[in-house]
Amino acid sequence: MDAAVQSIEGGFADPVFNAQTVFRAVMDAMARPGSVQPLPAFARPPAPLSATAGAIALALCDNDTPLWLDPMLQTSAAIRSWLGFHSGAPLANTPADAHFAFVAMPAEMMALDGFSQGTQDYPDRSTTLILQVGDLVLGTPLLLEGPGIETSAKIAPARMPRHFVEQWKQNTKRFPRGVDIILATADGIACLPRTTRIKTMEA
Amino acid sequence: MTDIATYNFAYLDEQTKRMIRRAILKGIAIPGYQVPFASREMPMPYGWGTGGVQVTASIIGPDDVLKVIDQGADDTTNAVSIRAFFKKVANVAVTTDTGSATIIQTRHRIPEHPLTAGQVLVYQVPIPEPLRFLEPRETETRKMHALEEYGLMHVKLYEDIARHGRIATTYAYPVKVEGRYVMDPSPTPKFDNPKMHRSPALQLFGAGREKRIYAVPPFTSVVSLDFEDHPFEVQTFDQPCALCAAENVYLDEVILDDHGGHMFVCSDTDHCEKRREEGHRGHLASETHLAPGNMEPAQ
Repeated sequence: MDAAVQSIEGGFADPVFNAQTVFRAVMDAMARPGSVQPLPAFARPPAPLSATAGAIALALCDNDTPLWLDPMLQTSAAIRSWLGFHSGAPLANTPADAHFAFVAMPAEMMALDGFSQGTQDYPDRSTTLILQVGDLVLGTPLLLEGPGIETSAKIAPARMPRHFVEQWKQNTKRFPRGVDIILATADGIACLPRTTRIKTMEA
Repeated sequence: MTDIATYNFAYLDEQTKRMIRRAILKGIAIPGYQVPFASREMPMPYGWGTGGVQVTASIIGPDDVLKVIDQGADDTTNAVSIRAFFKKVANVAVTTDTGSATIIQTRHRIPEHPLTAGQVLVYQVPIPEPLRFLEPRETETRKMHALEEYGLMHVKLYEDIARHGRIATTYAYPVKVEGRYVMDPSPTPKFDNPKMHRSPALQLFGAGREKRIYAVPPFTSVVSLDFEDHPFEVQTFDQPCALCAAENVYLDEVILDDHGGHMFVCSDTDHCEKRREEGHRGHLASETHLAPGNMEPAQ
């Protein structure tokens, strides 16, 4: 398929209700870290941007939110024009300028502290990371605690960033500054807001 | 659906919803922090719940069941008109039953019926900044939140004790969320503060005029500020509800005549009606009031 057609097709079939469904899934996942919220494939972005990550982009991003794409996504002209056509979001010059960052290869991504952390006065001015992960059960288990979790929660995302537990500890220590993470699999999402503490890492 | 064709679903345009949705997500990620947002003009005056309405409009979907309460009551002007608004612009199911609602928009009360996981409580907030009456400058209050400098609030509570012998703040009683941000729980009576602590429901706060959104995720610590020798206490009532005999609920005083006659009734009308349906009788409940289908609200 040629790039022009690829960039136009694959948006929300029903923009109002699809965006609401995607947002509610993200909101519920953010409010209950570690819970996996199922999400049907509403969007069909060009590979390697996943359907779930694409749907999140369409639901949350617009011309107010500069995006950062990891090198793998950045190289694809089809993805850039698909996001541009459907969301109108500009691309950020640096990760620190991005409101949202989309990462297709979390295992090779840059450090979390390279993204905008917000300021002490405005901690909301931080980057929200959308990581495309293979699944949430086969990876290294993470035991989660914090707001939104009654006692503890467990997810096991596969192919996470290097030294993730250590990086996340530092992220939690920066509170109220810090990044929030949305983990996107093929059919669901889970979130790690900056308040979530990774308690232990089981082997 | 034809009658909503002139509006987008839930009144707001999609770009506004995205902006509010992003603010809600940040609010959830930073519990108690007031996220600035570009509040819109709504078809109702500021002070009538425009913040809460914008939050509800941004989260609501066709499958949601909406309940709206005003000071606990489902049948007062603000509650009725907001419920009618969403019925019209979003065509959603509405209810007065706390248990079956998925979204509850509230003005100044938390329902007596315990909330459950999956429910969202949306508060209408007039003044989101708990420090505003102590420090009028936004630049300063923002710095105080940034530096976690809340001494002024404790001084205010201490001055209450010095003047009145007790903490005299009875509503909008300041709370600390997850040990970090001091937050205004909106002008709910302090009676409701303990219900916020580790509530299974998601709590969202919208202040339309002041352009702030904040949130308390489920199972989040919400502690009312106090002193060791003056611990936080909720209001107590020395008589039960006059209609349903409920104890340990928040009561409103209702004036009955011009000779000083008055009674105390549940502020939560849904709770009161349910109890009367179950057969509970207060000392002023007459049999005519109790016939099914003739359950006139207390006010």
